[in-house]
Amino acid sequence: MSNLVSFGKRAGQDFKKNKYKYLIVLPVLAYFLIFHYKPMYGIVIAFQRFRASVGISGSPWIGLENFRRFFNDIYFWRVLRNTFTVSALTIVFSFPMPILLALIINEVQVKWFKKTVQTISYMPHFISMVVVCSIINSFCQTNGILNEMIVFFGGERTNLLSEKEMFYPIYVISDIWQTIGWDSIIYLAALSGIDQEQYEAARVDGAGRLRQIISITLPGLLPTISMLLILRLGSILSVGYEKILLLYQPLTYEVADVISTYVYRKGLVDADFSFSTAVGLFNSVINIVFLLVANKVSKKMGQSGLF
Amino acid sequence: MKKLRKRKLGDWVFDIIIYVILIALVIVTLYPMWYVIVLSFSNSTDITKYTGIVLWPERFTLGAYQMVFEHPTLMASFKNTILVLLGSLPLSIILTVLCGYFMASKGMLWKKAVVGLIMFTMFFSGGLIPGFLNIKSLGLYNTLWALIIPGCISVYNSIICKTAIETIPESLSESAYIDGANDIQVIFKIILPLIKPTLAVLTLYYGVARWNDWFQASIYIKDTNLLPIQNIIRAVLLENDIALNSAGVGDNFNTYAETLKYAAIVISTVPILCIYPFLQKYFTKGVMIGAVKG
Repeated sequence: MSNLVSFGKRAGQDFKKNKYKYLIVLPVLAYFLIFHYKPMYGIVIAFQRFRASVGISGSPWIGLENFRRFFNDIYFWRVLRNTFTVSALTIVFSFPMPILLALIINEVQVKWFKKTVQTISYMPHFISMVVVCSIINSFCQTNGILNEMIVFFGGERTNLLSEKEMFYPIYVISDIWQTIGWDSIIYLAALSGIDQEQYEAARVDGAGRLRQIISITLPGLLPTISMLLILRLGSILSVGYEKILLLYQPLTYEVADVISTYVYRKGLVDADFSFSTAVGLFNSVINIVFLLVANKVSKKMGQSGLF
Repeated sequence: MKKLRKRKLGDWVFDIIIYVILIALVIVTLYPMWYVIVLSFSNSTDITKYTGIVLWPERFTLGAYQMVFEHPTLMASFKNTILVLLGSLPLSIILTVLCGYFMASKGMLWKKAVVGLIMFTMFFSGGLIPGFLNIKSLGLYNTLWALIIPGCISVYNSIICKTAIETIPESLSESAYIDGANDIQVIFKIILPLIKPTLAVLTLYYGVARWNDWFQASIYIKDTNLLPIQNIIRAVLLENDIALNSAGVGDNFNTYAETLKYAAIVISTVPILCIYPFLQKYFTKGVMIGAVKG
């Protein structure tokens, strides 16, 4: 009881002292409650047979039925496999590219050239997904530039976006184009922290520039690389819907349909609200578990974690 | 002596390789945008003749741009995008500064709980449908408010702001408190003037996110005349929505029906591409914070 009283007293004093600070955070808190926490409460429809006309309170509860339906769904393995594949491919091919770029940019001694290359390499980051996909679409048309190349090398003209086996190459190559510059910023920042005296010493010892990169620069980057890689691995089952929604077609669903796009189609095209929410929740829970594991691993290895 | 010369040759080769790679990267990065620009300055019959790599318009014309400015759907969509920006940018910046200030302040009993509540939303969300139903129940569906309010605070940007505020010496705000100022006055008189570069970068990040967004509008907006520019580009270029094409006016519409799309892309992309290089030197900090601290 006395604990409660003293807590009440402390809370009162705290409120008096910091009333402006609480006043300041009030609108922010209101935003998060209305636009983030209210939808979180809305997740309960994953356990219902939700009908919009009667709302959450009027809809019948059906327990885990929606999840059972998803696990037995003919598309369950397909979306899981595709999500994993898209993610793994970007980790293998896109992830190392900014590191390579940073290493190369770091070797440029001419300042204006270095800065110009950096500025240009950031450009794709600022181009909207719709425009990027429009350009991809235009390049992949039967009379597009990519088909001209294919014909030049003796291939056949096709709309590349309708080809199942072309989806991953198109996705990954354009992903590299979009991210290589912007993602190199963090590595360049890490490089600027490397002690320059090490290079002096290496030069005196007769090490060539390649040798210096391998023995000094790369080890200097390793902590950043391993931390980012671990975190990236933690989000292996979260693939955004934006780019895939803009690029896939029913002809390529077999390889391109991922969990998030399936959630989108089920929910907004088929209006199967409860089922879509259940699939989304399944994905969120997996993602958060993976991220927690990744964070633990990152900390175990002596890197700074997310939290 | 011999060794020295050999190393110099090696350096030469090394430099050449580096410059070749970087110039190739620059070309590959710029070409897609250049291609769009060339098409936007052409007419529809000429672009059917373009094969392979196009470097220059066959016959330079501004016709497509003129069409864009006469096209009612495109102009309406530009207006919508600008309205969304005008509404959301001040809101975003104000709320982000408030959020960052609270996160940077010390000694509040509820700080940990409040900050935890805010940070948790970075890792978990209600998801697509609960979010959609929320917008409907709030009465925001099919209004521009649905593009202005949801997403107006990014936790990530708030952390960038918090870090900027933390670099300001505490003695500054403390002496203001002694002079009888409250936190709101401290924010306006001391904090804001000192974090101007950060505010500029945050404005860029929020602005680009809003300007480039299409997804939010595709689920929250039903009426075509309320759609922002990205959704119209999507409808015209990716879905070949004919109805939108023929909505154009003017006698020579058919001459530019194809290239009009590319002119729309240029007009919607170039403004941003002209702004970001000026803020480039401030990117490093934000990216570092984002990766290390979540």
